[in-house]
Amino acid sequence: MRKIAIYGKGGIGKSTTTQNTVAGLAEMGMKVMVVGCDPKADSTRLLLGGMSQRSVLDTLREEGEDVELSDIRSAGFARTLCVESGGPEPGVGCAGRGIITSINMLEQLGAYNDSEALDYVFYDVLGDVVCGGFAMPIRDGKAEEIYIVCSGEMMAMYAANNICKGILKFAQSGKVRLGGLICNSRKVDNEREMIEAFAAKLGTQMIHFVPRDNDVQRAEINRKTVIEWDAKCHQADEYRALATAINTNKMFVIPKPLPIPELEGLLMQYGLYN
Amino acid sequence: MLNATPLEIKPREALRINPAKTCQPIGAMYAALGIHGCMPHSHGSQGCCSYHRSHLTRHYKEPVIATSSSFTEGASVFGGLANLTQALNNIFTIYNPDVVAVHTTCLSEVIGDDIPMMIKKSAEEGIIPAGKYVIHANTPSFVGSHITGFASMCTAMVRYFSERRMGMRNQINLVPGYVDPVDMRELKRITKEMKIDSIMFPDTSDVLDLPQTGVYHMYPKGGTTVDDLKSTGDSMATLALGHFASHPAATELDEKCGVPCAFLELPIGLSQTDRLIHALRNYAGVDVPDSITQERGRLIDVMSDMHQYFHGKRVAVAGDPDHVISLCQFLVELDMKPVYVITGSPGNHFENRVHEILKDQVPDAMIKQNADLFELHQWIKNSPVDLIIGNSYCKYIARAENIPAVRFGFPILDRMTHRLFPTVGYSGAMHLLNKIVEVTFDKRDRECPEELFELVQ
Repeated sequence: MRKIAIYGKGGIGKSTTTQNTVAGLAEMGMKVMVVGCDPKADSTRLLLGGMSQRSVLDTLREEGEDVELSDIRSAGFARTLCVESGGPEPGVGCAGRGIITSINMLEQLGAYNDSEALDYVFYDVLGDVVCGGFAMPIRDGKAEEIYIVCSGEMMAMYAANNICKGILKFAQSGKVRLGGLICNSRKVDNEREMIEAFAAKLGTQMIHFVPRDNDVQRAEINRKTVIEWDAKCHQADEYRALATAINTNKMFVIPKPLPIPELEGLLMQYGLYN
Repeated sequence: MLNATPLEIKPREALRINPAKTCQPIGAMYAALGIHGCMPHSHGSQGCCSYHRSHLTRHYKEPVIATSSSFTEGASVFGGLANLTQALNNIFTIYNPDVVAVHTTCLSEVIGDDIPMMIKKSAEEGIIPAGKYVIHANTPSFVGSHITGFASMCTAMVRYFSERRMGMRNQINLVPGYVDPVDMRELKRITKEMKIDSIMFPDTSDVLDLPQTGVYHMYPKGGTTVDDLKSTGDSMATLALGHFASHPAATELDEKCGVPCAFLELPIGLSQTDRLIHALRNYAGVDVPDSITQERGRLIDVMSDMHQYFHGKRVAVAGDPDHVISLCQFLVELDMKPVYVITGSPGNHFENRVHEILKDQVPDAMIKQNADLFELHQWIKNSPVDLIIGNSYCKYIARAENIPAVRFGFPILDRMTHRLFPTVGYSGAMHLLNKIVEVTFDKRDRECPEELFELVQ
């Protein structure tokens, strides 16, 4: 079983990219579980056809600690299994603790057991690695591969660099490694070249360049992944290519985060600072 | 006092009044003290550590050592890595234990400190000297109770130490549960009497029941040694006493080293002790010696002699789940009626199991997990009992309602018999019986009309 965590700046398209990629892997016959680690609980909407799933923490709050796996896990598109960690409303409580609680609970309930015959687990994690709770998915024995979703926008790259600092910390004592950057294009000038160069400086690769395409938004409005919405469209092939690249990926590294001046130099070199 | 407890019972969900449990780290700290040469370490603010130490000291009447990561505002914001690293450095330099057993607190759990990663880092930096060990258990107090914390630390002992090294050894593992040092001593006496080699973990006898010699030893002679903990993986079997406190460690040992385990309950009372003796006999392949059979016979003699006084008496029981489950079984054997049975620890197994024990003899018993002493008091006010059995906190109800109370379980902060006499085994059952007789007869002798005041009973 490969355990993968997806990180990236807020709003960069982590959930969309994760679900579309998972649809690609599921289409190849892989058995995949997606664990949404975002208090907004919107990481599995496309796989579940918009069905709002009851989150682990809501279930815990309403039903007490005797929870069954079937209470918190739903079947989605192409045999995928979907879990939403959930969490507090904005401005109260501790979302990080929520992630710790729900991943512990999934382990206790045997969601990762061999008998589940999973090929992949994906953790879709909110924003930056802001606190200990949000690093839970990359602790030792949890996710071992990380992909960072970014674009050619400065703040997305800045966030990706920051996330690499978090990975570095855990990689030194554990097995977690960076598998690559996924460029979710925002149509920035020289975007592909810049992210490739950025990836090289981090010691990793740009595993795939996902072009911007309105079919993604169309599929989203229909509450579907692109592959389910229109299996024949060009964008569906892009996600299949990303899924294949992840499936065959062999490059797992401890990243080397850049000092800020170097990151800014990179942006300058590719023409964003003029 | 508690004279104002209202008769009317209103539904409560979030609020607990006079809870019948305490924090996870207390259990973890107590379990850690059962490792020889171990320094329990509290990863959190100093207040947690001080409170846990003093609570344990008040029950065991012995000094309780433990160290703290001494979290401040800074550690809460930046994480406790620097504090733990510094702490381990200081502990090994100044106090030089064989093992440091780290448990977490609410604060370090909420900020999400990753303890195994921190221990690994300290090991890589050479802070942990060769041949020394640092183990850990996660013990957030907003989950479970002190029993959960105890169970987690026992499981950590297996996770960090147990290994299968040289094939099977002719020995039995005993996981005693959250019982007093004198109980652990009694369990060891029983296995010795049956000529069985056993490793008990944790073992707080000769750690928290020391003789006064005038000399202080930071690491007394008792406690399970690291070598013994390692060799638990080579044992023939594990006997785990108590669903809540001991079964998790035994399960882990079975999964890790393939040591088969017998899931027993605490050997409190006649039939539960019988089960332990049976299991020891079966797994170790020995005969039960006459001395044990005679102990059993003496217990039965006392039970039958006093049966007329126990029969039909209504009892309220409060305490830790494993203790209460076994005690209910014993009370039923005495023909008493445990009408109210509560524990503060959460877990459905408690209600199911107690119900199973009581369903024939006390079908209308009120049984509740995750409950509090306030509610127990309300039940008693509505329909009184003849006896309360529970820890020292029950004395407030006993005083308010003029009901005799037997102190049993943890903590006992105002008496000392728990340090002298076991509650496990046949002899433990006799001590319990004696206490029940004393408190109930004392009350009658004090209050009965003159014409019923009997010299002979």
